[in-house]
Amino acid sequence: MYRYDHYDQVLVDQRVAQFRDQISRRLSGEITEDEFKPLRLQNGLYMQLHAYMLRVAIPYGLLSSDQLRKLAEVSRTYDRGYGHFSTRQNIQYNWPRLQDVPDLLAELASVQMHAIQTSGNCIRNTTSDHLAGVARDELVDPRVYCEIIRQWSTLHPEFAFLPRKFKIAVTGAPTADRAAVRVHDIGVRAVPGRTADEPHGFQVLVGGGLGRTPRIAEVCREFLPREHLLSYLEAILRVYNRYGRRDNKFKARIKILVGALGIEAFSEQVEAEWAQIRDGAMQLTPEEFDRVAADFSDPDYAALEPSDLFVQSLALSKDRALGRFVASNVLPHKRPGYSIVMISLKAKGKPPGDATAEQMELVAELADTYGFGRIVVAHEQNLVLPDIESRHLPELHARLSALDLAEPNIGKVTDIIACPGLDYCNLANARSIPIATRISERIEDLDYLHDLGDISLNISGCINACGHHHVGNIGILGIDKQGEEFYQLMLGGSPSDDASIGKILGPALPSAEIVDAVANVLQTYVNNRESADERFLDYVRRAGFEPFKEQLYGQPEHA
Amino acid sequence: MANPSTPEAPELHPGARRIIRVGAAGKPEIVIDHWQRLVDGDPFPSLNALPVLVSLERAEQERPALEHRLGTWGIWLAGDADPEQVAARVLDRALVAIAVTKFTDGRHYSLARLLRERYGFRGELRAFGDVLPDQLSYMRRCGYTSFELARGKSLETGLRCLDAFSVSYQGNTEDPRPLYRRRG
Repeated sequence: MYRYDHYDQVLVDQRVAQFRDQISRRLSGEITEDEFKPLRLQNGLYMQLHAYMLRVAIPYGLLSSDQLRKLAEVSRTYDRGYGHFSTRQNIQYNWPRLQDVPDLLAELASVQMHAIQTSGNCIRNTTSDHLAGVARDELVDPRVYCEIIRQWSTLHPEFAFLPRKFKIAVTGAPTADRAAVRVHDIGVRAVPGRTADEPHGFQVLVGGGLGRTPRIAEVCREFLPREHLLSYLEAILRVYNRYGRRDNKFKARIKILVGALGIEAFSEQVEAEWAQIRDGAMQLTPEEFDRVAADFSDPDYAALEPSDLFVQSLALSKDRALGRFVASNVLPHKRPGYSIVMISLKAKGKPPGDATAEQMELVAELADTYGFGRIVVAHEQNLVLPDIESRHLPELHARLSALDLAEPNIGKVTDIIACPGLDYCNLANARSIPIATRISERIEDLDYLHDLGDISLNISGCINACGHHHVGNIGILGIDKQGEEFYQLMLGGSPSDDASIGKILGPALPSAEIVDAVANVLQTYVNNRESADERFLDYVRRAGFEPFKEQLYGQPEHA
Repeated sequence: MANPSTPEAPELHPGARRIIRVGAAGKPEIVIDHWQRLVDGDPFPSLNALPVLVSLERAEQERPALEHRLGTWGIWLAGDADPEQVAARVLDRALVAIAVTKFTDGRHYSLARLLRERYGFRGELRAFGDVLPDQLSYMRRCGYTSFELARGKSLETGLRCLDAFSVSYQGNTEDPRPLYRRRG
C-alpha cells in the first residue's frame, strides 16, 4: 500500500499544527463559529445532535493492520470503545471533545492517516472498489489512480470552497462496478485502450448523486488517456467552481449544473477548459505513475494449487455455520489458492457498520496472521481481508465467530446499509438503525436468508440519503408525518453497472408496520420468482410493482 | 491588538491601512498601503497623488480623468467576474483587486488563477472584502500577492497562516509543477 515519503508526512504534520492553531483561536474567540465551521468540516469535524463527530479518511478504504490497531486505540481513548465505518469507506468517532481533536489527529498522523476533507464543500475522500488489487475481473488497480487523485485534491488551493461537496469514485473493473461510480459527482472507469497498442484509459462520468435529487451520472468523455487524468478532473472542477449554483444549497451539486446545461453542453465546456491545460505541467509522468504503482504491487503470494473446488466443498460443509459463511462471505481471489474474506459488520441486532475496539484489533491480528497485514473497508460498511490462503478458512471462521464477526450475510438482505439516523444526526426525520436491527432480527432463519439470494437493502433517515436508499434493491426512507416516524418503501434501485433509481411502492408506513412490509415484499418475491436463479432485482424489473402492491396493500390497481 | 514590532506609520490620510503584501523576495510582510478603493460615484480623493482603485466600468467611462490625476490607478473586480471578459482590460494595471464577498464563495480563486496563468497578469493581485487569515495560503497559491484583511482580523495571524505549510501537492502560479515533478 502507499507509504508516505517525507513530503506526505510533513504535510499531514503541518495540517495537525494548523488545526491546533485554529482550534485555539476558536476557543479564544478570535475566530467566530461561522468562520470556524468550514475549517473544522474540512478536518472532518461535524456538530451532531449530542456532540462532535470526527470522520477520519480511509483513502479508497485501504488500511494496514497497524493503522487499524491505531483506529482501535483512538476509539478507546477518545470515543467509547467503538467506531462506525461509513458508506464512503471512512470511519467516524462520536463524542470527541474539541480541545482533544488535535492530539487525536496527531495520533493518526503517526500512522500516515488524517481527516483532511472528509467533510465540507470540497473534494472528499476518493472511494474505490473494495476488491481492488485482488478481483479476478479487474483491468487495472484503481488504487494507484485514487492515490494520485488523493494527492491532487488534498488542500487544492482553487477548490476548497466549491458550491457544495464533491465526491469522486474510481473502478478498475470495467464489467463489475463495486464502487457505485454512477452515483458520484465524478465516476472514473478504467477501460481498455482503443487499439491493441494503446494502454488503458478512463471513461469519465459526471453528475451522478443521491440526496434530494437522485441522478445517474452521464458520460462526459468516452476515453481519456491516463496521463491526462488530473488535468481533466481539474477542468471539470473549474467549470463547476465557476458555474455551479451557489444561491440554493439544495441545487448546488454538480448534478444540477449538468442537468441544467445538458450533458453535451456541459461536456463542451469541460473540453474547452481542458484544451487550455491538458498539455501543461499537470500531465502525469511515467515516473510518478511507476512510483505510486510500485506501492500497490502484489504482496509475496505463495505459489499454491487452485483452491476453488476446496472452497466449494467448504460451502457444502456439514458444519452449517462454516458452510453458510463460506457460501456468502468468501469470494474468489485472482491468485490460485487464495480467497477474499468479507467480514460482515451487520451482525444481528447491531448497528450496521459499527465495530468495537476489540473487533478491530482481532481483525488486524487476523490480517497479520493469515494475510499480508492489509484490511479494506467496503462502501457497504463491511471489512475485507483480501489475501487469505483458502486452507485457513475454517480456522479464520472460528476466530471471527468468537467476536461476532462471522455473520454469513454478505450481499444478503440483512447486509443493510444505514445512515446514523435520528439517534445521532440532527438532519434526520426518523431513526434508521433500529429499523435495520429489527429487520435483521425478523429474518432470523438463515436458510431463508440464503434462499432469498443477493438483495441490497438501504435505509436513510431523511431525504439527504446518506443510507443510499435510492440505489437499494429495497430502499427505505424515513419521513416525518406530523411528528411521527413513517417510512417510504422503494424498490428497484441499483448502484452497479446497471445503475437505477428505485421507485416508491406506495403510501408510507408507520414504524410499527415497516418491518412486516419488508417481510411481505420478500415473500412475494419468493412465491413468484421464476427460479432461485432469478435475483430479486431482476424479478422486480420483470414483474413490476403490481404483485408487491397487491400483497402489501391488498388493492390490485386494475381489479 | 497592536504589535510593537510592526510599523505604525502616522496616518497620512483616512484611507491608509495596514495590509499584507508579498515582498520582492517572496516574503509576505505587513505594510502601510495608500491605495484608495472607490465605489462608483465616490469622488476622487482631493490629494491628487493618491493612487485609486476603481471598478472596470468606471475605469472605462472616466479614463481621461483617471489619466489626468497624478496618482496611478488600478481596477477592482467582483469575485465572480468572467476572466474571458475582463482580462484584456486589466492586464496593463499595476494593481488589480478582487472582491471576496463571502469567504465561502470560492469563485474568486479560479478568477485569480486564470488572470495569472492564462492571461499573464503580472502586477499586484489583491484580495479584499471577507478575507480571513485561514484562507490566505490558498489565495497566495492561486496568485494573490496582497491581502486586505476583513475588519478586525489580525495581520499577525495572517502572516502565521501564510507560513503554515512548506509542502503542497499542486503547482502554483509561480511554479506550475505539481509535487510529482518536484519530488527529490
